[in-house]
Amino acid sequence: MGALVSLDTLLADRRLWRGQPTARAASTEPSGHAALDAALPGGGWPEAALVEVLLPADGLGELRLVLPTLARHTQAGREVALVAPPYVPHPRAWLAAGVAFERVHLVAADARQALWATEQCLRAGCLSAVLCWPPQADDRALRRLQVAAESGQSLAFAFRDARAAANASPAALRLQVEREQLRVLKCRGGLAPPAPVPFPSPLH
Amino acid sequence: MLWACVLLPHLALDTVLRRHPFPDQPLALVTGPAQRRVLSAVNAAAAARGLHRGQAIAAAQALCGDLQAVDDDPARRERARDFLAAWAYRYSSQVSTEVPGALLLEVQGSLGLFGPWPAFEARLREDLSALGFRHRIALAPNAAAAAVLAGCHDGLAVTTPEVLRGALSQVPVARARLPGGAAPALERMAIRTLGQVLALPRASLGQRFGAGVLAHLDRLLGQAHETLALYQPPDFFDAKVELNYDVESSQALLFPLRRLTADLAAYLAGRDGGVSRFVLRLGHEGRDDTEVAVGLLAPERAPATLFELARGRLERVAVPAPVRTLRLLARELPPFVPASRELFEARPQQSVDWPALRERLRARLGNDAVYGLAPVADHRPEHCFKRVQGVAEPAPPSGFDPPRPTWLLARPIPLRGPAPRVLSGPERIETGWWDGGDVQRDYYVVETAQGQRAWAFCAPGETGAYMLHGWFA
Repeated sequence: MGALVSLDTLLADRRLWRGQPTARAASTEPSGHAALDAALPGGGWPEAALVEVLLPADGLGELRLVLPTLARHTQAGREVALVAPPYVPHPRAWLAAGVAFERVHLVAADARQALWATEQCLRAGCLSAVLCWPPQADDRALRRLQVAAESGQSLAFAFRDARAAANASPAALRLQVEREQLRVLKCRGGLAPPAPVPFPSPLH
Repeated sequence: MLWACVLLPHLALDTVLRRHPFPDQPLALVTGPAQRRVLSAVNAAAAARGLHRGQAIAAAQALCGDLQAVDDDPARRERARDFLAAWAYRYSSQVSTEVPGALLLEVQGSLGLFGPWPAFEARLREDLSALGFRHRIALAPNAAAAAVLAGCHDGLAVTTPEVLRGALSQVPVARARLPGGAAPALERMAIRTLGQVLALPRASLGQRFGAGVLAHLDRLLGQAHETLALYQPPDFFDAKVELNYDVESSQALLFPLRRLTADLAAYLAGRDGGVSRFVLRLGHEGRDDTEVAVGLLAPERAPATLFELARGRLERVAVPAPVRTLRLLARELPPFVPASRELFEARPQQSVDWPALRERLRARLGNDAVYGLAPVADHRPEHCFKRVQGVAEPAPPSGFDPPRPTWLLARPIPLRGPAPRVLSGPERIETGWWDGGDVQRDYYVVETAQGQRAWAFCAPGETGAYMLHGWFA
C-alpha cells in the first residue's frame, strides 16, 4: 500500500460500494423476545430462511428461544414439524408455553434420512416451521435446507453444536446460545451486533 | 332414454397390450385345443408380417420368428370388461355388459353433468384412449340400436326415433345382431339391409324366422321394452398383471405397478371413494407370495400419489425370488372427502399438502415414523404422553401445572459433572404402585456448572446422586 488512492477514484470506477441505509420492511416473524427482535434487522426472524442455532450444551434455553414462534404459528392454525429431535418434547410443558401441541408433528428418522426428511418438509410448503438437528451437516447440506426453506416459504431452525461456529454457513441468521445471553454471529441484511443480547432464564 | 354403446372390437388384444412393456413387437393371442392352436387376434406389428386371425400357430411362427404368443384367457377378458364397467359407472348409474364385447351406458341422465353429447363423447374417448382400449361409440334412443349402430358407424349419434328408423334401414343384415341363423338366411334371400327386412310382411317374417327376430326388430325400433342386467360395482378392487418373464428387480416392476395404481385410481374415481389400505402381492414360481402392504392414514385417490406411495414401499422390500405376477388388492375403500382449500390461497409452487407429505415420509421412513404426542393424565414422566397417528385432538387444559421440562429424556441417566445448584424442589412423585411401574422420586430443578437447567431426581430423602430426566431448554 505505497500509493495513496483517493476515495473519489475508487468510487468512480466502482470498486468501492457505499452502503446506503434504506428503511427495511418489518419482519412478519417476531421472535417473541424483545431484546433479540431489537438486535435483528427487520425486528424478527428472517422470513422463509434457515436460522442456525449453535449450542455448547443442551438445556441452555434453545427451546425457550423458539417456543414463542411455534406458539404463534400453531395458534394461527399452521402445522410445524420436529425432524429427529434428540429428546422427547413434554406435551404439558409445550402446552404451558402456548403451543397448540396437536399441530406439532414429530418425524423419527435416522441420521442419514433426517436431512432428506427435513428438506421434504421444508419444500412441501405446508409446514410453517421445521426444527431439525442435523448431526454432521456440511455447508452443502445447509445450503440445500436454506434453498428448500425459500422455495417452500417456511421457517427452518437447525440446532447444531457450537463447535460449528468457526465454519462458514449459508444460514440467513446464526445465533449462538450462551449462558443467559445470545450472540448473533451473522444476520442477513445488516451487520451482526457486536454485543451479546441478554437472554435471562426464568426464575424457578 | 338415450343409450351410448362403447364397442370394444379388440378387447382381448388391448387387455394384453396395455400392460405389455413392448406393445410394438409382434404379438398374437392363441386359442384352441393343444393339438390345433390358432391365432385369435394379432397386433399391428404381427399383421404387418403377414399374420392373421385363424392361422395355425406353427405357420405363424414360421413367418415370424420373434412372435410372442399369449394365451387368450377368457377370464382376463371378463376382468377387463368388469374394470371398464366400473370406469363407465363414473358417468352413468345404468351400465350394462350384456352385449358381448361392448358396454352400454344410459346417458340421458348424465348429459346435464357431462353434456352436451359431443363434449361427453370426447371425454369418453379420451378416457378410453388413456386406458389403452380401442373403441367405437354410438348413441341411440335404445340400447339394442346403440349396439347395432356402434358396429356400423363409429361416432354416430341418433336421438329421435324417426332418424333412428332411417339409420337402421341402412345397416347391413349381417351386422344387425339378429338372433339365430337369421342373418345368413336373409342374405341368401338377397335381403341385404335392415330396411329391406323391415319392409317385409311381419307375419311371414315371424313364421319363417321365429318370434326372436321380431322381438329384436321391435327392440331396435324402440317398440318393445328392453330388459338389461345392470352392472353393480363390487366393494373391492382386485387387479392382477401376469408377467411373461421373471422380474428380479423392483425397478422393472414399476411399469406394471403404474398401470395397476392408475386402474385403482380410475376405479376409485368411479365410485367417488378413496383407498386407505391396499396390498401388493408379488407372485413367485413355486413359493409363497410376497405381500407388500401400503397403509395410508387418510384416504387417497390421486393416481400419482398412489403410485409414489406404492413405489416407496416396494423399493424397500427385498424380493426373495423372481416375480411372475403382480396383484393389487384393495378392500378398505372409505369415502373420500377432498380437503377444502381457499379459493385464492397463495401457496408456494410445487407445494404438497400435509397428508400427502406425511404419506411420502411414511413411505420412506416407515409406518410409525410420523406421529404426534398427546398428553396423558399421569404424573410419571415416562407415562405422561402417548403417540398418536393421524389427526390429533386438541389437548384438554389441565388444572395444576408444576414446572415441567420442555425436553424429556427417553430414560433417565446419571447427571455427571460437579454438584449442581438446586433452584427449586423437591417435588415428590410417588405413584404407579397399581400397575407395576412403581415410582418414588424427589424431583429438583437444578442448574449445572455450565448453566444448563435440568430436571433431575433422587431417591426420596436423599440428595447427591442425581438422575437427569429432562432439560428446561
